[in-house]
Amino acid sequence: MKRRDLALATLALLLVWQLGAYLLDKPILPGPLAALQALLYELLYGDLLEHLLASLWRVFASTALAIALAAPAGLALGQSKRLNNLFAPLIYLLYPIPKVVLTPIVLLFFGLGDLPKIILIFLILFFQILVLVRDQAAAIRPELALSVRSLGAGRRALFRFVYLPASLPAILTALRQSVGTAVAVLYVAELFATHRGLGYYIYLNGSTLYNYPAMYAGILALSLMGLGLYFGVDWLESKLCAWQSVT
Amino acid sequence: MMIQLDSLTYCYPGAPPVFQDFCWQAGTGEAWAVLGPSGCGKTTLLYLLAGLRFPASGGVRIAGHPLARPRPHTGLILQDYGLLPWATVRQNAELGLRVRSFYGPDGKHAPEKFQPQADLQVWLERLGLTPFQDKYPAQLSGGQRQRTAIARTLALKPDLLLMDEPFSSLDAPTRAGLQNLTLELWAEQKLTLVVVTHAIEEAVVLGQRILLLEAPPNRQPQVIENPAARQPDFRDTAEYNEMVQRLRRLLEAGG
Repeated sequence: MKRRDLALATLALLLVWQLGAYLLDKPILPGPLAALQALLYELLYGDLLEHLLASLWRVFASTALAIALAAPAGLALGQSKRLNNLFAPLIYLLYPIPKVVLTPIVLLFFGLGDLPKIILIFLILFFQILVLVRDQAAAIRPELALSVRSLGAGRRALFRFVYLPASLPAILTALRQSVGTAVAVLYVAELFATHRGLGYYIYLNGSTLYNYPAMYAGILALSLMGLGLYFGVDWLESKLCAWQSVT
Repeated sequence: MMIQLDSLTYCYPGAPPVFQDFCWQAGTGEAWAVLGPSGCGKTTLLYLLAGLRFPASGGVRIAGHPLARPRPHTGLILQDYGLLPWATVRQNAELGLRVRSFYGPDGKHAPEKFQPQADLQVWLERLGLTPFQDKYPAQLSGGQRQRTAIARTLALKPDLLLMDEPFSSLDAPTRAGLQNLTLELWAEQKLTLVVVTHAIEEAVVLGQRILLLEAPPNRQPQVIENPAARQPDFRDTAEYNEMVQRLRRLLEAGG
């Protein structure tokens, strides 16, 4: 995609928003300029930044945890038919369950604070990464591993030169597919049992304080966070998996 | 003696043994072709020689030593899929050397004095890969891919080179070119060469001695001497045609 086209699309969206605000002419829909102003104001003088950082931390912690646990598990399942036969039915049942419905349960069990939010996002990312890495690892040609072993590679070198680079694209694809869902679930999870995070911030300003500019600032912040994470994964993919886009 | 198989038996589960009390020897510096129909155990034999599979009984000795793991001075080149798709030509060619900085030539710990990189550039140039060194395998022709595999293997200075159907997916002129290159490198580097193939022509071009395998179980090695193979332009001689026909009859009789 060209940068110019992206910029044009952004402009078009802002124009539609502005037009809507102009036609509606009510405080529940401020124009983009007013919302941006509020975003800057709340970031600099309000406590939006603190909430943004709280949400970001939850996303990063759960992502790191999900990669750390799901990628090795996926590699193990992909490499061992027996292990996969054992766990495949379980994964098949758990994978399609929308993890967001588990929110109340996770909250009951893990209470207040960051932990339940991190666990919820973790659950979404974990299965996504697990399944994709498993399939990728199963697709590694045995000839490839054999010829690298013939060069003298043991477990460590095989991991470094074969299994890790082979599973990277799967991890990044999983992140790309699920980062949007993760942010959405974060929003839902932050509506409950917390006083920190963008979900709480948006809800508080929108439904309790009726501070619509601040609510829009929060929505913008959360949207930009999701967008930024998506772009980040895209960028990592172009850096780390350049070989996939050549022909 | 480079290779010694002592009454070797190898079976896959639920099938007759591929090799049963099989004895075979290959001298240092010899060029061998292993010829046989698919399922005869050619590739299994190569994996046994590479230390990637181990016999149920009997032993494999390479350069006098029993084989317990892939040996640092044995090079293995497979038909396809041997290159890392995510690494460039240069990175692929470096792979053996980089693996060596994880593990020393003894297969264990990296010795501090080991210096990788030394001859890599020389090999890339020799094999005509310098212009492609930043390309990925998917961007190369089949011939260039096999050249990369050769560079990767020879950079480790092997004394035994094992090849599994190395050129069978290439077009005829490229195949002939790489066969000549293989013989050239074999003579120059004083390699012991074992090429596994199902193509009679390839066996006759590359093997001064040809080991014929048949449907399992293989008990006695059947060796055909082909000393004329080292002549230049051997492909154009009457001896070449005779040898091809003789092997074809032998394979048909065995099948």
